[in-house]
Amino acid sequence: MKTENTEKMINFTGMQKPAIILSALLMIASIGSLIINGLNLGVDFTGGTVIEVGYNEAADVDKIRKSLAEANFDASVQHFGTAKDVLIRIAPHEGDDRAKTGDNVFAILKSNDANVILRRVENVGPQIGDELRDDGGTAMLLALAGILIYVTLRFEFRFSVGAIIALVHDVLITVGIFSITRIEFDLTILAAILAIIGYSLNDTIVVFDRVRENFLKLRKVDAEESINISINQTLSRTIVTSLTTILVLVALFYFGGKIIHGFAFAMIVGIVIGTYSSIYVASTSLLMMGVTREALLPPAKEADDQEELPESH
Amino acid sequence: MNRYPLWKYILLIVITVAGLILALPNLYPAQPAVQVSSSSSDFAVDNNTLESIKTALTKKGITVKDTEMLEDNKILIRFNSPDTQLNAAETIKESLGNNYITALNLAPATPKWLRGLNPMNLGLDLRGGVHFLMEVDMKSAIDKSLTRHTEEFRTFLREKKINYLGVKRVADDLIIQFKSTELRDQARQEIKSQYRNEIDFTDEETAKGAALKATLTETNIKNTKRFALQQNITTLRKRVNELGVAEPVIQQQGLERIVVQLPGVQDPTVAKEILGTTATLEFRLVDEGNDAYSAQASGRIPPGDQLFMERNGNPILLKSRVMLTGDYITDASSGFDQRDQQPSVTIVLDGKGAKLFAKATGANVQKLMGVVFIEHKTVVTKQEDGSFKKDTKVSREVINVARIQEQLSKRFQITGLDSPQESYNLALLLRAGALAAPVYIVEERTIGPSLGADNISAGFKSVIIGFVLVLIFMAVYYRVFGLVANLALTLNLVLIVAVLSMLQATLTLPGIAGIVLTVGMAVDANVLIYERIKEELSNGVTPQAAIQAGYDKAFSTIADANITTLIAAIVLFGMGTGPIKGFAITLAIGIASSMFTAIMGTRAVINLIYGGQKRVKKLHI
Repeated sequence: MKTENTEKMINFTGMQKPAIILSALLMIASIGSLIINGLNLGVDFTGGTVIEVGYNEAADVDKIRKSLAEANFDASVQHFGTAKDVLIRIAPHEGDDRAKTGDNVFAILKSNDANVILRRVENVGPQIGDELRDDGGTAMLLALAGILIYVTLRFEFRFSVGAIIALVHDVLITVGIFSITRIEFDLTILAAILAIIGYSLNDTIVVFDRVRENFLKLRKVDAEESINISINQTLSRTIVTSLTTILVLVALFYFGGKIIHGFAFAMIVGIVIGTYSSIYVASTSLLMMGVTREALLPPAKEADDQEELPESH
Repeated sequence: MNRYPLWKYILLIVITVAGLILALPNLYPAQPAVQVSSSSSDFAVDNNTLESIKTALTKKGITVKDTEMLEDNKILIRFNSPDTQLNAAETIKESLGNNYITALNLAPATPKWLRGLNPMNLGLDLRGGVHFLMEVDMKSAIDKSLTRHTEEFRTFLREKKINYLGVKRVADDLIIQFKSTELRDQARQEIKSQYRNEIDFTDEETAKGAALKATLTETNIKNTKRFALQQNITTLRKRVNELGVAEPVIQQQGLERIVVQLPGVQDPTVAKEILGTTATLEFRLVDEGNDAYSAQASGRIPPGDQLFMERNGNPILLKSRVMLTGDYITDASSGFDQRDQQPSVTIVLDGKGAKLFAKATGANVQKLMGVVFIEHKTVVTKQEDGSFKKDTKVSREVINVARIQEQLSKRFQITGLDSPQESYNLALLLRAGALAAPVYIVEERTIGPSLGADNISAGFKSVIIGFVLVLIFMAVYYRVFGLVANLALTLNLVLIVAVLSMLQATLTLPGIAGIVLTVGMAVDANVLIYERIKEELSNGVTPQAAIQAGYDKAFSTIADANITTLIAAIVLFGMGTGPIKGFAITLAIGIASSMFTAIMGTRAVINLIYGGQKRVKKLHI
């Protein structure tokens, strides 16, 4: 891939309008779904009990549902991964027997079929869920603040705003997809979202780094052109890295087991969107904020930077 | 022209070798084992115990892999599979009885020459076990402190011969009532110096005369809470040891919570019962002069008395003054009463308790004494405004009433328990000491051993597959340079495992996800460098200069990109709990080690391949 050749250069900045429309549509859809549907929050956030059990043969979900309903449990019962495994969710309820919910449910299942084995019980008190939601939000904001400071120091304030716009874009759409698909949003998904923040940023910074370099180097070229050159120069890197990361995530998705499934899915979605945003969104927002080469020039001397002009045009 | 100084090669080799050695113990998976220890100092663990265990196991046809006497009076017996381990644990428990503790364990299997180096710890999600998050009910810790002070004030004023009308609690303050301002002033003079920094005393004028309001100071409250948490951790640790769990984790989390992790425990019910209970005993005299039934019916309790219920539902009046509390108990063992074969608990008191009890019982021979069994239970309910209300229910039951036949002191026996299991649990709880404040479980996670095994194999498989996919891709796409990057990637994986083993960090499933993700992202640094080299080459720069420029120019980009990701990892680590922390640790270690392997490691190898040649015609990239 010889990205330096102008003939092969793709005019990314020229595609600003369609990119803005696409991103805006995706973001509006995400916000809309979040407002209307919300997220299918897992037991980590809502509190309540999750019980995973394994049977020797295909389990009769209806029968389990019925016997739990008879015992006055407000339970949702479904197969988990295979027909032999069953996941039971019980909404948080009040009273002092909360800690015993898991034991009681398992006792009922055992009385129906002695061969059932307990694979997992998670019992989360409602106040833990609330705290986690707050902590997760705080973590996200803190990470954003730290990044904002670092990018401002290393680049310029408008660059950090551009990076944050790309980040919010990626996170919002990923969360939006979870809202639309109704896939359960649990603690591992939160970890994935935070990893996406790191990854999306990584991608954006690589492009910005090139933009900064080219701003200083290519003196006769305007900002838009210079950004376009930068995106093209880093394009093969952006794609190769996303590809290797998606390769391992696909491995994780198919072989990593059920618990990690959601994590891998969230990451794959996030990386696809992150790759798109570092090409189209981050740099576009730089242009829209009116970034100029002067903003990045060191205060005094600038003579040293005048080396190897490209043979473009 | 692309040469590395010798010291960089030496550094690289040293780190590689160190990494390999540190990572090596992970190749020897831990073996299923059973650990046997004694629950009381009366029963020794020695070669005889070992022999009897062996006989019992042979009888059942269970093959033992290897046995070992550990230093601290413990026996470790290794088995070939987790199934035999389970059977063996049952058999050993049956043959040794209640006085020994049998714990399921995963024993390290590292060869002798590697001893001292440890493999990574496996998290509960990978090996199975129970995780509890417990909250300490701090309100009752404060209540307890106020009750203690009430008693102390009374004793103090009596000793100083200052007349007072009473001490009572109003909200979180204690009000000491006096007849006159003079008495109050005198009392304040005396009492203030006793409780400097602990309690603030303020004057109050009341209808009955003058009063002193005693308020716990902020520092005092803080200390009380800290003490309650520490004390509870100590007690929980003792209880867990009694339960017989190998390698438990008991840690403070925040200011009011304790994490308890019990690897290998498969039935959370028993663990929950033992950990969460604040059962203790109190000994009080029975009021034989008044009728409990009429007191219950009229609701008029004679002064100085309290109404209790016996196990059979009958009311009973006991004196308010407590003869002895469970705090003085140093040892307790369960058994059966010799006369009527009822389940019993033999109690041993410490010196101070023995003296107190001897005095109290000596003065009351031939009188009836009641044993009160006290249990706390905390119920949390969510209020309509979203806040949480904690109610501590205290159940007090009189389990036994007996006439004091003689002066009791250091060692005595109580009966009146429903079952041998109850006496066993009570003895255990008394031995381990009371909790300073009730705890309740706010979060519980149980992972069955089968799921743990599934998780570990799935995690392992996905790491290998993802890793191999990336290796193939890199080799095809970047050829010689790709193979060099693959070397770096392999070293990176070894280093992550080495650092995790060195830190004795716990590997969890999210941690494995972190490793997998790092594998994918670690090649990024190499991709950046190689793309840069390609660019330089297409600009017509000579191969040697292109290598030089590629590494130099990519460096600041790599640093910027990795530092920002590191910021996210650090925030994750700081804010997150359990699983998220594990993910953040592996991510951070992966970023650091990938910077090293991808920049320095690959450069060293590239220099070895191309650096020496005067004229390189073509780079295989």
